[in-house]
Amino acid sequence: MAAKTLTIDGKQISAEEGATVLQAATEAGIKIPTLCHLEGVYDIGACRLCIVEITGIPKLLPACTTKVSEGMDVKTDSERLRKYRRMILELLFAERNHVCAVCVSNGHCELQTLAYSQGMEHVRYDYTFPKWNMDITHRLFGMDHNRCVLCNRCVRVCWHIEGAGTKNVSGRGAKSKIITDLNMPWGDSDSCTECGKCVMSCPTGALFNKGSTVGEMERDRNKLEFIVTAREKKQWIAADL
Amino acid sequence: MKIRLATVWLGGCAGCHMSFLDLDEFLIDLADAVDLVYSPVVDVKDYPENVDLCLIEGAVCNEDNLEILHKIRARTKVLVSFGDCAVTGNVPAMRNPFGIDNVENVLQRAYIENAQNNPSVPKADGIVPQLLENVRPVHEMVSVEYFLPGCPPPAARIKSLVAQLLAGSVPKQEGEQLKFG
Repeated sequence: MAAKTLTIDGKQISAEEGATVLQAATEAGIKIPTLCHLEGVYDIGACRLCIVEITGIPKLLPACTTKVSEGMDVKTDSERLRKYRRMILELLFAERNHVCAVCVSNGHCELQTLAYSQGMEHVRYDYTFPKWNMDITHRLFGMDHNRCVLCNRCVRVCWHIEGAGTKNVSGRGAKSKIITDLNMPWGDSDSCTECGKCVMSCPTGALFNKGSTVGEMERDRNKLEFIVTAREKKQWIAADL
Repeated sequence: MKIRLATVWLGGCAGCHMSFLDLDEFLIDLADAVDLVYSPVVDVKDYPENVDLCLIEGAVCNEDNLEILHKIRARTKVLVSFGDCAVTGNVPAMRNPFGIDNVENVLQRAYIENAQNNPSVPKADGIVPQLLENVRPVHEMVSVEYFLPGCPPPAARIKSLVAQLLAGSVPKQEGEQLKFG
């Protein structure tokens, strides 16, 4: 496959044709903040945290869905990018009811970690305090829509790693909602294989193992990585199973 | 001139003030540097004039909270939202999503449905303040200079922020210094 030469943060890089800016940067050891991105499933550019500046393009583009091209000049960190990243995070916090103090993922939450990394010590936008419910009808897992950031990781792992297609999205915009099958209680689903990959993939406390209390929900990503490695490299390597 | 320090307790659990008392020997250093002119731990009834620094614990939940908050803003140079309730609304604000009837519903739940004896909602005009329609974080009601999240912020983080403010610098909260929940 043809290689493309580009510059990221002043560093000359060569990447495979068809690779994304995020892949090229990661390979070169340059870290771009991400939230909806999950290794092993395709990217959808849902969260916009990985926005980058590209010379000659006035818009900010998501690194995870932008393909590399010859001579591309990419900036992954600037005053402008930091401003928008913090804004995105604050809007995510304002859009649903994220109450860290009583959350199962407190201390192990990717949304929290990102907020700290961008220096978010408060949210400048008025909280919307929307009414969302929980689905605790499944015998093993629960879903709290108050904590969902609509990253769609759970939907993608369910369809493309497990192949069950149980998790879906209904609605539009801020009213979008992760649903089970055609919007039925999770516990009534015939398609759910109870594999738990959605729970492993969730960046916040939206999906959790039943019985976990504040701060107890630590994600085991090893199982996901194991399957992804097996699929992509044809190697069945267990890291820490 | 000693710095005139105040701490107030709005709608919160007092955990932030417990954490403040957990400053241990730093409290002795602090006593040399400040006059504590108003606080739940001192017996002053009215919020005084010309306060330099005020730590505000708790969310804005009722009419009293709102009234004193406006007084505090008018009489204080630097306000710090002290803890998650002040910064985000936190647990007290969990009634907001229940919509327009949330006040009646939480009072009903707490004082009628869960009451073992004499179920009745406390009502005494001028003594028991009315709950606001929605609980809000402090900075949505008045302007706030600095934010110290945490539930509660541990003593080390309070010390770091207060020490920086007493030294006259703009407090930096990075890495371990910044945490919600």
